Amino acid sequence: MVKTAEKKLTRPVINVLECKGCGRCIIACPKDVLEMSSELNERGYHFVKYKGSGCIGCGNCYYSCPEPLALEVHIVENDKEQK
Amino acid sequence: MTEKVIGKAPGLYKEFVRKGGSAPTATHYCPGCGHGILHKIIGEAMSDFDIQDRTIAISPVGCAVFAYYYFDCGNVQAAHGRAPAVATGISRARPDSVVISYQGDGDLASIGLNETLQAANRGEKIAVIFVNNTVYGMTGGQMAPTTLVGEKTSTSPDGRDPRFSGYPIHMCELIDTLKAPVFIERVSLSDIAHIRKARKAIRKAIEIQSQGKGYAFVEVLSNCPTNLKQNAEQTIEWINEHMEKEFPLGNFRDTSNDVDKIEKIYSDFSVESLDEIFELEKAHIFDTKSGGNYAARRLKVAGFGGQGVLSMGLLAAGAGCFAGHEVSWFPSYGPEQRGGTANCSVVISDDPIGSPVVQYPDILVAMNRPSLEKFAADAVSGATIFYDSSAGQFDPPDGITAVSVPTIEIARKAGSEKAINTAMLGVMIQSGVLGIGKTHFCEALKVHFAAKQKVVDINLRAIDLGSEWARENL
Ligand SMILES: Cc1ncc(C[n+]2csc(CCOP(=O)(O)OP(=O)(O)O)c2C)c(N)n1
Ligand code: SF4
Ligand code: SF4
Ligand code: SF4
Repeated sequence: MVKTAEKKLTRPVINVLECKGCGRCIIACPKDVLEMSSELNERGYHFVKYKGSGCIGCGNCYYSCPEPLALEVHIVENDKEQK
Repeated sequence: MTEKVIGKAPGLYKEFVRKGGSAPTATHYCPGCGHGILHKIIGEAMSDFDIQDRTIAISPVGCAVFAYYYFDCGNVQAAHGRAPAVATGISRARPDSVVISYQGDGDLASIGLNETLQAANRGEKIAVIFVNNTVYGMTGGQMAPTTLVGEKTSTSPDGRDPRFSGYPIHMCELIDTLKAPVFIERVSLSDIAHIRKARKAIRKAIEIQSQGKGYAFVEVLSNCPTNLKQNAEQTIEWINEHMEKEFPLGNFRDTSNDVDKIEKIYSDFSVESLDEIFELEKAHIFDTKSGGNYAARRLKVAGFGGQGVLSMGLLAAGAGCFAGHEVSWFPSYGPEQRGGTANCSVVISDDPIGSPVVQYPDILVAMNRPSLEKFAADAVSGATIFYDSSAGQFDPPDGITAVSVPTIEIARKAGSEKAINTAMLGVMIQSGVLGIGKTHFCEALKVHFAAKQKVVDINLRAIDLGSEWARENL
């Protein structure tokens, strides 16, 4: 798959600056596609990263995240490649 | 191919100016704290039901004290535990509003417990979102009413001991004893499965408000990762394995399908109605001539309750008003309606009055012996004491004039024994000690007894007869 197309897949979008690294989203993810960074963000927190594939758009990470604007899930409809 | 987005926290502001700075959209909450999760659920519900324009959220005292920096709706911040009273006021003054009261366990179940139960019992139209995290989060993790038995907090370092601090309070169960509430449910924010159920209950509570159906209470088991020193895994274990044992989850009541929109009796806050309640169109507006040369008088009127001493003071103060002076009237009486002692202090002056309390009067009226004995020693040198002749023989201290007045006789002649106070007033007026003309007392008397013409007549006569007595005897 070419890189530009990859961006259009269903995926979590993380606002690195707002993430406080609590890890609640990682536990909530049924596909285990989130992980904690080893590096720190500008405010000194570890932050969550998407492993790059496998997101099914369930929204679990969004609803379990305490930071209103740290994370959102983009769901691409008719996205057969996800299966 | 279309792209749908779950996110952006609808119903919350797009920027949180409280925190601002380097992360303008980060909350002030600690990492992992349930408050933020709950804010998102509430905001989303407000947005989905399209009620932001008529929603008023009450921020509590506690970590959520700044909730008004997040909820994009009307916001009011209430004093500790007072959210139910504030919510009641708002809900009644604006019957079509959706009122959401957001409170922690310290706020709701401790200092605000009484108000919480009273508001629930009245079935106020409010959605109460109760965050039970078993501690006072904001102040450093002290024991709360909901702290579990054995739970270590900063004020129960060896764990909550019920012999000392009782047992955790179960709010849903308490509220479930009341008849009025429409919806009661306990949910948890431990993990995503629980968060989704919590979301449903909170949406329901807010929907009930949007339909004006009555009181809804949702208890939300949450965490305080900072004070309880828990990470995300420990939070889940703590809530699911420990809190849930003490606070079982579930719906306690949902009668929302059986009830109609509540039509309460609402108060009329229109200007016309308030004017009427406070008799504003009838009230007298006085122009005071501050800075005039009237020498201030400090009057004390004392006697048994029922002798009309408070009225006498009011009449003197009223006459002062009609004469254009600054006045104050300050009553003091015991718990008894009748028979106890009562007194009042009246200050009349052309300068603004600092204290309405008269400790050293320059005019004392004593309607009985105990009052005379109690207050005569406080009268300043040069003072005049008017006392009821029933008090018997009295030798005034040096420099003080004392006048014994047979008030009962004068009052009887006027037509009622009750008029002893106005009889005494008539004597005082004639003596000139108050420096205010009789006409002003008559004006004040007409206002005071406005509704009762017969009483006005008797008392006017008592003033006249009192004055006549003074002319003959002083
Ligand atoms: C009248 C009054 N008493 C005490 C306080 C101090 N105080 C501030 S927050 C708080 C406890 C809040 O605990 P809780 O309601 O559980 O909310 P949390 O901080 O856990 O979210 C107290 C006692 C206060 N602000 N006002
Ligand atoms: S949407 Fe679901 S699958 Fe995708 S990252 Fe979030 S939790 Fe995982
Ligand atoms: S839940 Fe939110 S704040 Fe916590 S680690 Fe995940 S994205 Fe970051
Ligand atoms: S102190 Fe506790 S309740 Fe308050 S924001 Fe931090 S984690 Fe949340």
